[in-house]
Amino acid sequence: MPIKTEDVKWIETPKLGVLDHLYLPAILEGLKTTVFGHMLTPNITVQYPEVQAKMPPNYRGVHRLNRDEEGRVKCVACYMCSTACPAHCIDIVAAPSPWPDREKYPETFVLDELRCIYCGMCEEACPVDAIELTTLHVLTGLSREEMMFDKEKLLSVFDQTVKDGTDPIRTSAGRLGPASEQPKQAPVPGQPGAQP
Amino acid sequence: MATVHVNGQAVDIGTEKLNLIEAADRGGVFIPHYCWHPALTVVASCRMCLVEVGDTQPDGSVKMQPRVVPACQTPAKDGTVVVTNSERAKYAQAQTLESLLINHPLDCPVCDKAGECQLQDYTHKFGRAESRMIDEKFAPPNKPNIGAQIELFTDRCIMCTRCVRFTREISGTAELLVNHRGEHAEIDIFPGQPCDNKLAGNVVDLCPVGALCSKDFLYKQRVWYLKSHDSVCADCSTGCSVHVDENKDILYRLRPRENPLAQGHFMCDEGRFGFHYVNSKERILRPQLRRDGKLIPATWEDVLPALRRDIAQAVKQDGSAVVAVLSPFLTCEEGYLLARYFKSLSGEVRLALGPVPTVGEDDTYPKDRHGKPVEPVKFTIRAEKCPNRRGVEEVLRHFQGEVIGFDDVVRLSGEGRLKAVYAAAGYPPRPGGWVSAEQAAALAKTPLLVVQDILPSPASALAKYVVPAVSFAEKEGTFVNHAGLAQGLRRAVKPPAECHTDGQVFLDLMERRGLVHAPTIRAELARDVPFFAPLASGTIDALGVMLK
Repeated sequence: MPIKTEDVKWIETPKLGVLDHLYLPAILEGLKTTVFGHMLTPNITVQYPEVQAKMPPNYRGVHRLNRDEEGRVKCVACYMCSTACPAHCIDIVAAPSPWPDREKYPETFVLDELRCIYCGMCEEACPVDAIELTTLHVLTGLSREEMMFDKEKLLSVFDQTVKDGTDPIRTSAGRLGPASEQPKQAPVPGQPGAQP
Repeated sequence: MATVHVNGQAVDIGTEKLNLIEAADRGGVFIPHYCWHPALTVVASCRMCLVEVGDTQPDGSVKMQPRVVPACQTPAKDGTVVVTNSERAKYAQAQTLESLLINHPLDCPVCDKAGECQLQDYTHKFGRAESRMIDEKFAPPNKPNIGAQIELFTDRCIMCTRCVRFTREISGTAELLVNHRGEHAEIDIFPGQPCDNKLAGNVVDLCPVGALCSKDFLYKQRVWYLKSHDSVCADCSTGCSVHVDENKDILYRLRPRENPLAQGHFMCDEGRFGFHYVNSKERILRPQLRRDGKLIPATWEDVLPALRRDIAQAVKQDGSAVVAVLSPFLTCEEGYLLARYFKSLSGEVRLALGPVPTVGEDDTYPKDRHGKPVEPVKFTIRAEKCPNRRGVEEVLRHFQGEVIGFDDVVRLSGEGRLKAVYAAAGYPPRPGGWVSAEQAAALAKTPLLVVQDILPSPASALAKYVVPAVSFAEKEGTFVNHAGLAQGLRRAVKPPAECHTDGQVFLDLMERRGLVHAPTIRAELARDVPFFAPLASGTIDALGVMLK
C-alpha cells in the first residue's frame, strides 16, 4: 500500500549556528554524562570471582528442596515438577511416607543440573512450594555425576541458602489439603497472627 | 422399534432394553455417571446422571417431567425425550459435583488415580472451577488393611458403592459394606474379614475416584506417564482381554479390557498381579551353549548356525528320534513356524505339546457365603493355566494328525531313545514349575537338549543350548482361548536387549529372511491350517475372532 501524500511530513534539518559549528557544547554535554552520570556514581561492576554479585531474588539459579517446620522434606512426590520439566531433568521415586500427616514422599529425588535449562517451571508447578530456584549461580563440578543433585544435596542447598541469608524462606504456605502439612493451630484472638 | 430423542436427535435403539445412559451413548451423547456400571445393579445413588426426561404423547406433543431424573434408572422407551444440555440439566450436574466435592480432600497431586479419575474429569467437564466450601473437611482415617492387595483412602470416597455391589453380585463374597450413615458413611469390612477374594483387584478399576488403590501399583508411576497396549492375559485359558500399561519398557500393571466375547468386564487377581516375572532380574538374557560341561553365554551369530547344524545332524541320523515340544504359551504363529521348520527337515520329526499346567477345578463366580458357586456364572477362572493350548493343539493336529503329550517325550527320553529335543517352553514362573527335576534329568539323557525359556528351570540347567524366550507382553501373535476365541497380542514392551522373540528365532532357524511380522505369518497360518481360516486377512480386531 503506498503512503498517502497527506501523511508525508517534510522537515528541514536544523541550521547550525557558529557555536554549533565549534562542536564544543556537544562535547561538554557528553562529558557531563560521563563524569556525573558514571564516574561519580557507585560502581555496579564486581570483581568476580573475588567478589560475588548479589542477584535479584527472582534470579533462577541452583535448585533447592525446602524443608517444613519440622525439618522434613516438604516434597510430596507428586511428579508435577518432572511432568512440567521441558528438559526431563527431574527423576523421582515415590514411596509411602513414614509420617502420618501425608501419603507419600520422595524416596529419591535426583535433579540433573547440567540438563536443566533453569526455566523455573518446576517451581511454578509445585503445589506445596517444595522446589525453588535460588540465587546461587556459581555451579561447578568435576564430573557429570557430581552435577546430579540428589535429595540430600538439594536439601543442603536449602540449609546453606537459608543460613547465609541469600535466599530466605519465601513461603510457609504449601497446604495441599492434608497431603502437605497438618493444619496449623487456629490462632487465638488477640494474639499476633490472628485474623481480624 | 423404539426411537429415543437425545438432545433433539432421534436415536433408534431397536428392541433392546436400555437405560437412558446407554441410549444416549448410542446417539453419541455422554451422560456422566459414577454409581452406574453396566455389569452391576442400578442404585441411582450418586445423582451424577440427572437429566431432563419427557415422553412423546399420542398426539405428537412432548410432555416433560417436572424434575430432573437419574438417567441410569430410567428405561428408554419409544418416544422418550432426553435433554442433557439444558440449563436445568447442567445445573443439576454441577450441583451434584459440588456436593460430592464437599468432603473430598482434593489431594490430587498425591492421589494415585489422578489422571484417570472420573471426579477430576467430570469436574473439568461438568462442574464448577472453584470450591465454596470453607469449613474443615471431614477426613476419616485410611484403611490400609482392607485387603491384601487393596488399600482404602477413606476420605476420597464418594459412596458410589460400586465396590460393595461388585463383591455382592460378581464375586458373591460380600466382604465390603457401607458402615454408618449420611456424611459419616464409609466403606468398610467386617472385623477380621479382609477383602481377599480372587477378583478383589477389580474394585480398584471400578472405583471412579482414588479411594481404592492397588497396593501393587501404589506410587509406582503417575498414570499419565503410562502407555496402554491392548493385549491378552496369559495366565489361564479364559484369555481375558487386558490393557498392558508400560512406561519406558517397564511393565507396571494389567487392567481388564471389556470384551463380551472373552470375559466381560473383569479379570482375576492371579492374572492381574502375575506379570512381574516380565521385569524379573532372573531372566535368561542371552543364548547360552554348553562347552566343557559348562553353560557359557554366546552370541546369536554363534548359536544359531551351531543349533541348525546339530538339529540337521540329529534329523539325518534318525528323524523319528527328534522331538519338538511346543508349549501352550507359544502363540499360534510361533507354533506354526516351529512346526513348519521341523517338518521341513523331515516328516518323521515328532511334535509334542508341552506340559499344560492345571490347578484344581474351574473356579466360577459368584459364590454364596459358604464359598459354593452360584448360577448364573458371571466370571470363571479356568483350571488350565495357559493361554493357548487349543491354538497349539490345532497346529499340531494339522502337521501330524495327533497330539503327543509331554509325558511321552519324557519317557522316551528317559529310555534313551531320542537324539534331540527342542523344548520351546516360555513358561511363567508358577509354583511347581513346568518341569520337575526328575523330568529334567530324563530329558537330559537326550544328547541334544535345547531349552527355550524365559526363566532358568531344572531343564535349562541341563540343556546343551539355552535360548531366551520372551513373555506375552513382548511379542505379537494370536492366542486361542478355551472357547475358540482368537485374540491378538500386541507388543507392549521391548524384550531385554539380547533376547529375540520366539518367532524371530524360529524364522532364523528356518533361514527365512526378514523380521517376524505377525499378520503375515497369521495369514500364512490361516491359508495352511483350515481351523484358522477366519484369520485369512491377517488382522484381528480388538475383540478377537471366534474360530468354530
